[in-house]
Amino acid sequence: METAQPTVLTTEGLEGLLGALRRRGYRVVGPTIRDQAIIYDDIASITDLPQGWTDTQEGGSYRLARRENDALFGYAVGPHSWKKFLHPPVLRLWRAERDAGGRRIVPEPDPDERFAFIGVRACDLHAIAIQDKVFLQSTQVDPHYRARREDAFIVAVNCAVAGGTCFCVSMNTGPKAEAGFDLALTEMLGEEEHRFLVEAGTDAGCAILAELPHNSPATTDDLCAATAIVARTAGSMGREMRSDDMHELLLRNLSHSRWDEVAKRCLTCGNCTMVCPTCFCTSVEESSDLAGVETSRSRRWDSCFTMDFSYIHGGSVRSTVRSRYRQWMTHKLATWFDQFGTSGCVGCGRCITWCPVGIDITEEVNAIREIEPQ
Amino acid sequence: MRVATATADPMAPRLARVRRRRRDGPDVWTLDIETEEADGLLFAPGQFNMLTAFGVGEVPISFSGDPAEPSRLVHTIRAVGPVSTALARLGPGEPIGLRGPFGAGWPMAEAAGRDVMIVTGGLGLAPVRPVLYCLLAERERYGHIVLLHGARSPNDILFRRELEMWLRRHEIDIEVTVDHAISDWRGHVGVVTTLIPRAAFDPRHAIALVCGPEVMMRFVITGLRDAGVADDAIYLSMERNMKCAIGSCGHCQFGTVFVCRDGPVFRYDRVSQLLALKEI
Repeated sequence: METAQPTVLTTEGLEGLLGALRRRGYRVVGPTIRDQAIIYDDIASITDLPQGWTDTQEGGSYRLARRENDALFGYAVGPHSWKKFLHPPVLRLWRAERDAGGRRIVPEPDPDERFAFIGVRACDLHAIAIQDKVFLQSTQVDPHYRARREDAFIVAVNCAVAGGTCFCVSMNTGPKAEAGFDLALTEMLGEEEHRFLVEAGTDAGCAILAELPHNSPATTDDLCAATAIVARTAGSMGREMRSDDMHELLLRNLSHSRWDEVAKRCLTCGNCTMVCPTCFCTSVEESSDLAGVETSRSRRWDSCFTMDFSYIHGGSVRSTVRSRYRQWMTHKLATWFDQFGTSGCVGCGRCITWCPVGIDITEEVNAIREIEPQ
Repeated sequence: MRVATATADPMAPRLARVRRRRRDGPDVWTLDIETEEADGLLFAPGQFNMLTAFGVGEVPISFSGDPAEPSRLVHTIRAVGPVSTALARLGPGEPIGLRGPFGAGWPMAEAAGRDVMIVTGGLGLAPVRPVLYCLLAERERYGHIVLLHGARSPNDILFRRELEMWLRRHEIDIEVTVDHAISDWRGHVGVVTTLIPRAAFDPRHAIALVCGPEVMMRFVITGLRDAGVADDAIYLSMERNMKCAIGSCGHCQFGTVFVCRDGPVFRYDRVSQLLALKEI
């Protein structure tokens, strides 16, 4: 990679970045407000970003609030993650047409768009790297994921605030973006300034940075200020969880009474699996026209919290709430290591915030550790 | 003959065609399937295919035919759900979708030179039949071969004529028991585990292959261990919900493993701790 010195961009420069990405043919998506939440969708300009907004997150609670300043990225992660673009919630896999020879199988063409993600947080960079392991570095390469992932351009943002349910520091996944981005921004907001420190992570990032207007070399003061912002975020995590012993801890406690206790609260709604940026499970669905001439198969996000998920002839393998919560949590924090060589949790806190009854994965792990049967 | 190469999308089936369909039980049908490739599809005993009934869906079905005949892909299907019922209805000439072969099969190399104890329940005989074809093709390579099979009733005994033929040849010991007898049944009645203590095999030097409903396998494994078979000489074939067969849909997880990819056949000592727990 060309070495590029860190640069400072103004808000006009950031607007220029979005324009440059669009001119290169990217579909630019980033955070924006919809239905009283900050979600990821198409953004036409920086005015679509949630300027001046923040979020207040707790177990089972998410509220938007006004900030005292005009920060563009002054909030934590919301209910969406980037997996909705890379691993779509519903995706047709193939069609089959009836013809003279019987059936003709028509593969699904690759998408004709490539994504530029604006505002990817450190936890979500790790989540993307984890899904890369699942879909690109495992038994078989998933061509649908690859087609969306390969050409994606990633603009990361270092977190300037920690959400109430964040615990990336515990999982060693943030709050600073260390790898996996083309460009990384740190938003610096003062009395008279609104600027972004920009670091390039790839040649593609360097190239686009070089052509942006309103950009100037970063000073030592800029670098120190950016470091201080991330350090402050790291010091204000909403949650904490010891993560070095999770694998052994959970696998030796599969019969722990805490699973019964959490089962009394868990509604098995599956929200945690939908908002989780690494949960990858899917089911398939067949559809057919009325005449049976054309049929197709689609893949759809699935959740290990449903009864159907483990159904085999005779019944569901995991019929109790206890077993389904245990499956989700032990997979995320323990067996994921055996399967993919990494944790399945990045500490983003979404599962805590979006659980309707506020079940907190960090609290559950700590409870198991505290009262371990001998 | 060639080994199947992965298509661009591992989730897209290849087109195949039903060549023959025959009834093997009240709700059990066996399909012979041929792919468009004339030389067929190499597979190992214990492996499975994902079979598609177009417009209905896809399910995992084990190979139940002879691995030496890769151009005739045999699958035995119990019609219990919408997809298996639609598959079981497919007649000669009809198109069928096929992905595979998938999974790790039975440990044929481990069986050489040893007694082979096979215990099956119900449809569990189907995934083991390729093993029997292989054992019989090179009968001299193995010691005593015993097949203990349990069925619900005499009418449910899978591959009955073939079992009777093998019995007449005296190349393997076959004992069949049923849960519910009818008036002309002269054989054993009761669960298949009761046959283990009477079987003629050397438990200390045997390899045991077990396939059937999970509850049956738990009891059979207890019986085999009581008879003196070592944990690392017992193999079982697990069944779990599967949507992809390539370790990416998540459905077939059994603790750390994906049954579709790391199994379906497992050595007992490697899964014994998880098998001892419920609802893993």
